[in-house]
Amino acid sequence: MLYTPLWKRALIWGVVLIGILFAMPNLFYGRVELRNDAAAAIERAGGVATPEQEAALAGWPGWLPSGLVNLGLDLRGGAHLLAEVQVADVYAARMDSLWPEVRDALRAIQDQVGNVRRQPSPPDVLRVAVSDPAGLPAALEAVRTLATPVVSLTGIGSDDLDVAVEGNEIVVQLSEAERAATDDRTIQQSLEIIRRRVDEVGTREPTIQRQGEDRILIQVPGIGSAAELKALIGTTAQLTFNPVVGRTTDPQASPGPRNRLLPSLDEEGVYYIVEQTPVVTGEELVDAQPAFDQNSRPAVNFRFNPAGARAFGDYTRDNIGQPFAIVLDDEVISAPVIQAHIPGGSGIITGRFTVEESTQLAVLLRAGALPAEMTFLEERTIGPELGADSIEAGQRAAVIGMIAVVAFMIACYGWFGVMANAALAINMVLLFALMSAIGATLTLPGIAGIVLTMGMAVDANVLIYERIREELRQGMNPRRAIEVGFDRAFSAIMDSNVTALIVAAIMFWIGSGPVRGFAVTLALGIFTSMFTAVYVTRLIIETWMAWRRPKAIVV
Amino acid sequence: MRLRLVPTKTNIDFFRLQYITFGASVFAVVASLILVATVGLNFGIDFRGGTTIRTESAQPVDVGAYRDALTALDLGDVSISEVFDPAFRDDQHVTMVRLQAQDGMESVTPETILAVEEALRAIDPTITFPAVESVGPKVSAELIWSALLAVAAGSVGILLYVWFRFEWQFAVGTVAALLHDVLVTVGVFALFQLRFDLTIVAALLTILGYSVNDTVVIFDRLRENLQKYKTMPLREMMNLTANETLSRTIMTASTTLIALTVLLIFGGDVIRGFVFAMLFGVVIGTYSTLYVAKNIVLFLGINRDKSKTPKAGSNEFANIDA
Repeated sequence: MLYTPLWKRALIWGVVLIGILFAMPNLFYGRVELRNDAAAAIERAGGVATPEQEAALAGWPGWLPSGLVNLGLDLRGGAHLLAEVQVADVYAARMDSLWPEVRDALRAIQDQVGNVRRQPSPPDVLRVAVSDPAGLPAALEAVRTLATPVVSLTGIGSDDLDVAVEGNEIVVQLSEAERAATDDRTIQQSLEIIRRRVDEVGTREPTIQRQGEDRILIQVPGIGSAAELKALIGTTAQLTFNPVVGRTTDPQASPGPRNRLLPSLDEEGVYYIVEQTPVVTGEELVDAQPAFDQNSRPAVNFRFNPAGARAFGDYTRDNIGQPFAIVLDDEVISAPVIQAHIPGGSGIITGRFTVEESTQLAVLLRAGALPAEMTFLEERTIGPELGADSIEAGQRAAVIGMIAVVAFMIACYGWFGVMANAALAINMVLLFALMSAIGATLTLPGIAGIVLTMGMAVDANVLIYERIREELRQGMNPRRAIEVGFDRAFSAIMDSNVTALIVAAIMFWIGSGPVRGFAVTLALGIFTSMFTAVYVTRLIIETWMAWRRPKAIVV
Repeated sequence: MRLRLVPTKTNIDFFRLQYITFGASVFAVVASLILVATVGLNFGIDFRGGTTIRTESAQPVDVGAYRDALTALDLGDVSISEVFDPAFRDDQHVTMVRLQAQDGMESVTPETILAVEEALRAIDPTITFPAVESVGPKVSAELIWSALLAVAAGSVGILLYVWFRFEWQFAVGTVAALLHDVLVTVGVFALFQLRFDLTIVAALLTILGYSVNDTVVIFDRLRENLQKYKTMPLREMMNLTANETLSRTIMTASTTLIALTVLLIFGGDVIRGFVFAMLFGVVIGTYSTLYVAKNIVLFLGINRDKSKTPKAGSNEFANIDA
């Protein structure tokens, strides 16, 4: 039957209407973008807005959707880096810091093992020779006691060190589980540091992602060049431990001489007054790891070098019961109370942490400098002018292409061409609405994908119209011909679109950057064109038929 | 008055010149493979590693002077090509400078970029550098593999779907036509030494999608006719099917070509290669639909004498009541 029930009509027009609402912000791109930036800035500032931000906020009504299609780097301009983190660097550092402990442990049983000497070895292996081979089992035992259980979600139950005997040497290296856990921590830590560095310059929506095992993708719109971005990432974070003078919620509070007022990182609206001179700085921290305290609550272990250990020990001895602040880049990460004298240069931070939080804090504590070297495998800088040129060219091509396709369809199908064009326009609207709603990124190949979609979107209509023409030639009446045309064309439309979707899915799966953007545009275009060709065009034609009741139609 | 690209009733024998057309296709595929193997593709930095720097200047470009300035820096192989585009302003002169991957380095160092920029600025003070891209050899080697994998995975995915929806002969015919389109397009890139980079692979995948779309529409109709005319010889039926769908094939190719031609002219130089690949692919894809895919199915033959009725054809999705 050439009749669509009312609820279905309402649903179809409803989808189209929602599409128009969601696509609309893109027509006022500049204004909506200013509004969104202002809204984000105000939220960061804790609800305080400047007059300019108020004005920007008023530029677009808050009750309308304000999602925009993201512009890819090739359209907006900016820098793209693909970095490989040299995770093995960390193994070497761990071995170096382990050597004094091994030496001390073996010296304690010197009567059994004799003299102890570190042997030359690859950087991620520690080889220790003992002069009395008879003591090897005891030495092995002593070194094994240095191992601790691996703290990670997957490595539970294994120790962090592999200790073995080769000849008269003890060979120590990180266990498989610990290597995996260490790699993971190294990448997390690198990500965290990069994120903090990049956030500091306050650019819009940077992308900082882990890729594969040991790579990090960094995309920063609006930055001058990849070289600038590299310099920015290379800067180290500033970590200090300061005595706490007081705690306040007043951002205007006067801290007093030689004190500073610093915001808390995770408690909204809380400020700490701390002494300006730190007790210890992050340069003296050698390690921080997630751990558990004696009550099995998540905590963070940390360790200072000897100089830091002495300063920290003296301070904790004299200030039991007082809070001290852990400050990273002028923000207070946490301000625990000193429970006891901490003489050995290592300590534990307890609090109401979850495992994730303690892991995060350990990451932040270690986040002084990048934990390992990064090699840059790929870098791209696109100037904003080139991006603007590309947008302009893309828009021009899209408009001219649209006009050409519309004219061609009208020339070939007359009034039915007009109806197909209406569906095509709705298709474009829905495509932009979907892209805005899911926050998809539009790249230059993506624009090409849209223009291509225009060409291919009419394919479904062409299939249907050609089929209707055939049925009409067979002498069917118009209503019946249209109905049969839609039904018979559907199987071909379905098959051709599913195959195109397979290709788009593979492009998304394998591709990167601009190619991915293209795949997303293509896939969404397939969905919207299926919807418009099968439902919207049909509804438009039905409505027209019901209104005009033509005796004969010419397609 | 309607514009009719194809007369209402056609009766073209698509198999009349089958030895010539099919032979031409086989020749084109073989020639493409030989071209790629001997002459090779003009790989962009995505696949070869290295650095490209886009320069823009208000003054006319003297490529020779650029080359002299850069040769002095001892950076190995340097290629400089001027870029032309109808959308450029009169005082907009653009070149692409390409440096080979530097020994022992992944992506290029800031010092190298700076040296190049200074050398060029010395001969042309108005020069600017709107884009710098650098890919290390490690990533480029991986990208080659992932590109090949993408085309292979795309073909297999389509093979499986067509097999599932039709018969295996159709699947083989479809995929043979697809590979024909992709290989000949790659051959054209080798022949004219057009730059072949990651976006071209995206274009190739789109050609896959377009070409299969085109082929499947005909097969869909063929399946329908197989049920309708149980005794008609296969060859005759294929001609009938191709003629019945010819108008649609040409219409869709035309609208897509119109959109792509506009993009080729007005879309800017950055995506010209990409658009060219798609444009060529649509033309060859339309050709292969009519002259390659069917021939292979005819050659393989179809088992029409099945006791179970052929898959339900047009009725399978017919009960939508939109």
